[in-house]
Amino acid sequence: MATIYILWLRQLKRYSRSKSRMIGSLGQPLLFLLALGYGFGPIFEKAGQGNYVQFIAPGVIAMSILFTAVFSGIEIIWDRQFGFLKETLVAPVSRTAIMLGRTLGGATVALFQGCIIFVITIIAGFRPETWAAIPMAFVFMALIALLFTALGTAIACVLEDMQGFPIIMNFLVMPLFFLSGALFPLKDLPGPIAIITRLDPLSYGVDGLHGALTGTLQFSYPVDIAVLGIISMVLLAIGSWLFSRIQV
Amino acid sequence: MQDTIISASGVTKKFGDFTAVNDVSFEVQRGEILAFLGPNGAGKTTTIKMLTTLLKPTSGHVSLDGHDPAHEQSAARRTFGIVFQDPSLDDELTAMENMQLHAVLYSVPSDIRKTRIEELLRFVDLWDRKDSLVKEFSGGMKRRLEIARSLLHHPKVLFLDEPTIGLDPQTRNHLWDYVQKLNREEGITVFLTTHYMEEAEKVAGRIAIIDHGKIMTIGSSEELKKQTTTATLEEAFLALTGNAIREEGASSADTMRQHRAMWGRGGRR
Repeated sequence: MATIYILWLRQLKRYSRSKSRMIGSLGQPLLFLLALGYGFGPIFEKAGQGNYVQFIAPGVIAMSILFTAVFSGIEIIWDRQFGFLKETLVAPVSRTAIMLGRTLGGATVALFQGCIIFVITIIAGFRPETWAAIPMAFVFMALIALLFTALGTAIACVLEDMQGFPIIMNFLVMPLFFLSGALFPLKDLPGPIAIITRLDPLSYGVDGLHGALTGTLQFSYPVDIAVLGIISMVLLAIGSWLFSRIQV
Repeated sequence: MQDTIISASGVTKKFGDFTAVNDVSFEVQRGEILAFLGPNGAGKTTTIKMLTTLLKPTSGHVSLDGHDPAHEQSAARRTFGIVFQDPSLDDELTAMENMQLHAVLYSVPSDIRKTRIEELLRFVDLWDRKDSLVKEFSGGMKRRLEIARSLLHHPKVLFLDEPTIGLDPQTRNHLWDYVQKLNREEGITVFLTTHYMEEAEKVAGRIAIIDHGKIMTIGSSEELKKQTTTATLEEAFLALTGNAIREEGASSADTMRQHRAMWGRGGRR
């Protein structure tokens, strides 16, 4: 328990000391919100889908969490490269505890980053349907954060160095985002893309956020929570198994 | 009478086709200081990694205070402290935070944690800098902090993998004096590797010369000199390992360090 706490705290300290990282990771969601939100706004409205900023804001929040979470998980590679990983690997504590502490720390950071973006979307003109649904939105933000930090951690356990990082970005993280319903409604999509979006775990996170913040659900809360929860658990189990097998 | 704390028998470690450690056997007695001396790429670090649960031997058996590092990992990990060849601190934390993190990982009771951390940081002359981030430290300061950290949980065995690299002679002497004092007063067994002959000669009771993954010979510095009919340990070392300069491939860690140096902290994104 103390192990989990101290490694959780470490992730938070590292985050709070890295101002450039904090500000840097605001750029991309902000660009999507402003460029797409306002750029596509008129077309979206003409197509009878309502206000696009209203639609895209939950997706942008999910996006910021997704990116921060995967990065936090993948930070293990940096620790491996710069040596700190060895310090934790020779410590007489279970590797599962180490992995959990790091993952929870990374997820907390990602959740926090999501909250900052949430505030920014409100400044940019986004208005949640009802403020009472905010706690529900937090549940989904936390689940997205946990799932994708666990994913990043599991990936980092099998990568030796950052060489594979662009591949992860372009073939995993970007598709996860673009095919999640963050940018377009999942309703009435043609066959293949409808299937692909349903295989993307982020779709269920974005759906939950849409439900809480804009009142439109494609699936349902129980389905969304169950899918996110189960996949998180599976990824944590895989990550913890992979982490316990690391040799340096 | 003999009380073996570290033993290796027929230990081999292969990475693909490359044999890093080849059928190595040795024993270290409780309270002894043993030095592994060898050229680059001889297998020193790989041996230490197998003893400290970081690598599993391809074949053979190692034992650490009665525990098998390959299978009873937690028990083995409780027995030792280690200073790695390359840095293993968290740069983004302060010296104090690095120490505290270690204390928690090794469950050092909180009532003695504070006094012991202060004592060790004072010993390595870093008490004044305890709240500075490690990334602001020089190479020597980082090394000293790692040494202090490795002693925090009062291990039975201390592994020092080329601990004096990058240290000035003052700090080096200071370090070895302290290691010898710990060995004398607390009975800590020390397993060290080094490139510096005079260090091995001064500090270690016995010296093992290792090359191409094999132990060429093991004994006191006197015995090594007698065996090779040479006057100094350095000559004995060269007589046993030859004059050829060893090549060592750049590891991915080196490449990464270059990247980081080039891109600065922005590379972290």
